[in-house]
Amino acid sequence: MALSAKDINENTRWQDLTDGLQIYEPATSKNFLTGEWRTNTPVLDQEKCRNCLLCVPYCPDSSIPVKNGKRLDFDYDHCKGCGICVKACPFGAISMKEGK
Amino acid sequence: MAVKERMSGNEAVAYAMKQINPDVMPAFPITPSTELPQFVSSYIANGEMDTEFIPVESEHSAMSAAIGAEAAGARTMTATSSAGMALMWEMLYVAASNRLPIALALVNRALSGPLNINCEHSDSMGARDAGWIQIYAEDNQEAYDNFVQAYRIAEHKDVMLPIMICQDGFIISHGVQNIELLEDEKVKAFVGEYEPEHYLLNEKETMAVGPYAVTNYGMEAKRAQAQAMMNARQVILDVAAEYEKISGRKYGFFEEYRLEDADYAIVAIGSACGTTKDAIDELRAKGIKAGLLKVRVFRPFPGAEMAEALKNCKAIAIMDRCESYSANGGPLAAELSAALFKAKSTAEVLKIVYGLNGRDFTVEDAKKLYEDLADIAAHGNHETEEYRYIGLRD
Repeated sequence: MALSAKDINENTRWQDLTDGLQIYEPATSKNFLTGEWRTNTPVLDQEKCRNCLLCVPYCPDSSIPVKNGKRLDFDYDHCKGCGICVKACPFGAISMKEGK
Repeated sequence: MAVKERMSGNEAVAYAMKQINPDVMPAFPITPSTELPQFVSSYIANGEMDTEFIPVESEHSAMSAAIGAEAAGARTMTATSSAGMALMWEMLYVAASNRLPIALALVNRALSGPLNINCEHSDSMGARDAGWIQIYAEDNQEAYDNFVQAYRIAEHKDVMLPIMICQDGFIISHGVQNIELLEDEKVKAFVGEYEPEHYLLNEKETMAVGPYAVTNYGMEAKRAQAQAMMNARQVILDVAAEYEKISGRKYGFFEEYRLEDADYAIVAIGSACGTTKDAIDELRAKGIKAGLLKVRVFRPFPGAEMAEALKNCKAIAIMDRCESYSANGGPLAAELSAALFKAKSTAEVLKIVYGLNGRDFTVEDAKKLYEDLADIAAHGNHETEEYRYIGLRD
């Protein structure tokens, strides 16, 4: 019996996978916590941030949530720590911290 | 009433393509399969087919487009030979692992080098581990019959694998023989419509094809794919039984020709089997018990069934129309030898390589081979080499 993507994990038997590992649900990347790959971590300095939102489109993993026109703190479940946001910020409001 | 005609192997397979009328055909011309996309293009131009023909810029693109079309939900076919198939290599594996039941009409031709356009099985035998079902033909009739059965096997829900329908370049593809064709409506009713359970153009379901698998999942994915090839065994037999009802022609994993009481057997694939049958008839008239096992299905490999069919033979010649450069003989000889060992066969085995680059295999060659088999059955196998060539100047 083929399972849906959210129910497949590292204990799933081969008999329970879909043909060709095809996926029949949308947005399954939400279930895949790529934040585990991170070695260095971006940190936001709220004082310096002017909410220009330039960092948002630069983030390759959609890990900077925006609500009511304001950016929230990073989605650390999915941020891989690439550091592109640090370069994108014109105000020096984001810095990289060593480690997770 | 079935239609009696005279056709080459390429004409016969193209005729089956017309009758099935699949949705999409991406193809690139290469000798000796060029006629297949050419005939299909003519049928389309004449309004006899409404297949979407995609003239691509290479065979890598042909197989890539076939994968895209099939994943979208379209019944898809293509055709190629030799270097064309070699250029598809990467995508052959992608088609199989994504479980896309594409039909490929392969006209077997040698791979370079030396550069040569004639018959050899080195192209499809090289792709034997790509995950495709492989079915071979002795003549134009079988090439036609195999292609009509192809989609029923490939698209079966327990299989969902691509299928290669192979015929010998020039010997079958360009040799004109009598043939019995089925009526269009019979073929259409037999093959039916393609209704995939999942497909990309289904607006009611989102779908991702070909996702990345980390180490923790890849091995399970491959095991599941292997199961589909195992399941194909029964499906191939079931489809053949159903096909016999509409055609009167019987098919299985292989054909046994005067094999039941044979002391000496040749095992071969393709057009050489017709030649071997003539030799057998001559030898049988003299009381020599010669027989043939003609392999039709090479993937999935029916090793146990072949070993059972050969169990009373004293000596067996296993013939490969390709040099696999393994220093151990060809792929059929290697795999069947392993199956015979597992079945605890005590028969003497000769591994033979023949017919490379289109070299003739004659009735005299077959008769001489049966003489050699009788000799080793009586006096033991004193071969000093692992395998030998037939038809070689030495």
